[in-house]
Amino acid sequence: MMHIIDRRLNPKGKSLSNRQRFIDRAKTQIKKAVNEAIANRKISNTDGGERIKIPSDGLYEPRFTGDSDKGIHDRVMPGNKDFMPGDKIKRPPSKGQGQGGRDASEGGEGEDGFHFTLTRDEFLDIFFENMALPDFIKKSIKEEVTHEYTRAGYKRQGSPSNLNLKLTMRNSLARRLCLRRPRDEEITELEEKITALRQQKKHTIKEQNKLIALLEELEVKKRRRKVVPYIDPLDVRYTSFTEIEKPNTHAVMFCLMDVSGSMGETHKELAKRFFMLLHLFLVRQYTKVDVIFIRHTHLASEVDEETFFHSRETGGTIVSTALEVMQKIIKDRYPPEDWNIYAAQASDGDNLNSDNAHCQHLLTQNILPMCQYFAYVEVWDSHEAEMFPGDNNATRLWQAYEELKLSHQNFALKKVTRPEDIFPVLHDLFAKNKKSEVA
Amino acid sequence: MTASRTRKNPPSSDKKSPPPIFEGAEWDYEKVDNCFQAIQKIAIDEMGLNVYPTQIEIITSEQMLDAYSSVGMPLMYNHWSFGKSFLRDESNYQKGFSGLAYEIVINSNPCICYIMEENSMTMQTLVMAHAAFGHNHFFKNNHLFKQWTDANAILDYLQFAKNYIAKCEERYGQKEVEKILDSAHALRDQGVDKFTRRQKLDVAALRQRELERNEYEQSQYSELWRTLPEMASRDDEEIDLIEKALVQKLGLPESNLLYFLEKHSPVLENWQREILRIVRSMAQYFYPQRQTKMMNEGCACFVHYHIMNRLFDTGQITEGAMLEFIDFHSRVIAQPDFDNQYYAGINPYALGFAMMKDIERICENPTDEDREWFPDFAGNNQAIKTLKEAWENFRDESFILQYLSPHLMRDFRLFNLNDDKSRPFYLVDAIHNKQGYTAIRSALAAQYSVASLDLDIQVTNVDLHGNRAMILTHNITNGVTLDEKQVNLVIPHIQRLWGYDVSVKSIEPNIDKTHFA
Repeated sequence: MMHIIDRRLNPKGKSLSNRQRFIDRAKTQIKKAVNEAIANRKISNTDGGERIKIPSDGLYEPRFTGDSDKGIHDRVMPGNKDFMPGDKIKRPPSKGQGQGGRDASEGGEGEDGFHFTLTRDEFLDIFFENMALPDFIKKSIKEEVTHEYTRAGYKRQGSPSNLNLKLTMRNSLARRLCLRRPRDEEITELEEKITALRQQKKHTIKEQNKLIALLEELEVKKRRRKVVPYIDPLDVRYTSFTEIEKPNTHAVMFCLMDVSGSMGETHKELAKRFFMLLHLFLVRQYTKVDVIFIRHTHLASEVDEETFFHSRETGGTIVSTALEVMQKIIKDRYPPEDWNIYAAQASDGDNLNSDNAHCQHLLTQNILPMCQYFAYVEVWDSHEAEMFPGDNNATRLWQAYEELKLSHQNFALKKVTRPEDIFPVLHDLFAKNKKSEVA
Repeated sequence: MTASRTRKNPPSSDKKSPPPIFEGAEWDYEKVDNCFQAIQKIAIDEMGLNVYPTQIEIITSEQMLDAYSSVGMPLMYNHWSFGKSFLRDESNYQKGFSGLAYEIVINSNPCICYIMEENSMTMQTLVMAHAAFGHNHFFKNNHLFKQWTDANAILDYLQFAKNYIAKCEERYGQKEVEKILDSAHALRDQGVDKFTRRQKLDVAALRQRELERNEYEQSQYSELWRTLPEMASRDDEEIDLIEKALVQKLGLPESNLLYFLEKHSPVLENWQREILRIVRSMAQYFYPQRQTKMMNEGCACFVHYHIMNRLFDTGQITEGAMLEFIDFHSRVIAQPDFDNQYYAGINPYALGFAMMKDIERICENPTDEDREWFPDFAGNNQAIKTLKEAWENFRDESFILQYLSPHLMRDFRLFNLNDDKSRPFYLVDAIHNKQGYTAIRSALAAQYSVASLDLDIQVTNVDLHGNRAMILTHNITNGVTLDEKQVNLVIPHIQRLWGYDVSVKSIEPNIDKTHFA
């Protein structure tokens, strides 16, 4: 009369496709919310999903309803304390009445939003929509490919470790059935009959004939068993694996930052956001992403993330030192044949004047040919940006880099003053089908 | 409030009784099975309940959330609105705003009960008594469910609907299907037949009908497409006659808007009509549940309460389990007073359970007042039989009219608050006293009536000679007009399905206004 069924192992996410439909429908609103959310996010916090709020226009499901502000309503309520029939209670001023909030919000005005949490993947998908890695395809084809084994059916030859028992035994069983190989039980049965007959003291002729017949039958069956083996080489199957080529999916990202005294906390914060976004982006494209942090004053060194962002250094500013360190690290650990190399440099634009030419030289001769992409952002705080509006007040480093941009497609530079600027910068840098800016 | 009067006969320790079925909170299949057998014994042999076979399905909390968003059904077609409610439920659950149900029960044959793996063994026992026997008995015996739903076919139908809509999406595109579903969902409340017998759902017949539709659609004569010149030659009188005949042919007035659009819309494709049909079939399936919510829960609560007490009396569950049950039970049937911050209307579990217990009391232990009010069954000592009759033959509205006793009104301290929006005050026009009993009873019944649950909106006319405009008429009850904002949002959906202008007219004796969209 009763069944108990354990459904716990059924696939989860039965409503996943409904969820997807909902997100598609609310795409524009969600996109806006995502952009706002990213502007205020910490670098340490790139792994979780994001709770967002979107206005409810277009997501409201209208129905005919009565107007709750009109007409006569009777309401029976429990818990009368001291009301007597005929008591009059002054109506509280309209609106703000009880649970009016719901009606007001769903009326399509969209004031009151709809809160929910996007998964990390959904969040990133929306965030990086319309963006692609520069030259990703070109490079990955040119690159040496890696190999990977995948299952590819079954074969007749192979190493014993790949023996597929299930299939082999199935074939064996089929063959034995077809060729009518006598089963163990049949032989034992015959033998028992024979022993039973032999044990009798006296045999009639009929019984003797029967004994002979049985012996012959046993002989035949035994022979048959030898001829039709239990497992024949014909039965044996091996699981087959095949090698497939995989594009190189490793990337290394170099973060270069000026940490000299001229870089204030706001500058660093901006730079950090830029690095964070670039990292998110790479993680999405490549299976393995290494991040190298190089900070520099007049000296450069490779450091861990914590030191990179939080420790203070004093000294002058020589950008080329960082480039040299980067070059060395590439040479030692990240051969360009095996790695997709990305670099992001953040600076306030200060540099020792005599160093600019050296930087230019390093980049054109050594670094840019090895890199997939080199992005330079110049961070200004808002006061500076107000004081020196327009592009005419470019720093020396900017001027030097701008020349590079003309001759190298994989080089980009942007100026950033507020957290909100970061996202469009990245978007511009990596916009899909990026038109060549070279005239 | 009922927690205090729990049981009268504690099990005497000197009498030999079998060991309890389970101890502690952990559950396993054997315990669940044994418990089910014990419950079944009480429910079938002692109470004489008549139920569908039961299928118990254990699910996780995540799956419970999934089930929520597909309106509690095991299968459902895909639509963004289900994703929306999933996200909302998930969000509320994760933030701790709302807990999850302990079970979901589906009116199907076999009756499917989802129970959560987190439940303790006591909860599983309670849930089985509540859903697998209480609700199940109600589904199988209540006249509304018998008349309007077909428990044998619902699972097949859901499968059909899901596949059909998936196929449409494949063929006509997700966006197109979504549009039709959006519009149909907006008219869900107006997609219910209220007065005629529903046809049985039969998947084979469905396929057949679809085929026939395809074949005959082209050749079928549609008055809506009659060309004008032919009409011009006739005189007015004749036209009037034809029009009257037509209106009759279209079956106007028609309160099932989705049905009307499915049959008569001049712009819909066959698959679109079938989708309208699916949406309205689902609405129809849920229609009895809306009308019997209070009774259904009352019945289930009464059954679980009775069974749990019997299990305890016979020593089959421990005192610990009983305490856990009572704690839970009294929270479920709690009714906050109107001035309590947690008040959110009358709790259907509280009122339902209290009414069932009250009927039991009147049967077994009536006062003079009860004899005067309920001469038919007061003191008949056949509580279960009386209740079963009530469960079978009533819905919330008529049940209250028939069975709400003065005793219960006093217990709940019910009063009626008359709220006439044209006056600057609320009026307490009846309380739980001799003069007020009947007034409160009818006011409370009216709150559960079809008229107050559903608006009275009908298709009254389609202009067949002019612009094919459709006119809907809303009959105003108690001066409650339509919410203009909503009307403005719903009208475009009807227009999408009808293809031509649609207007809504509200009719009341002294106000006659037409709202044109």
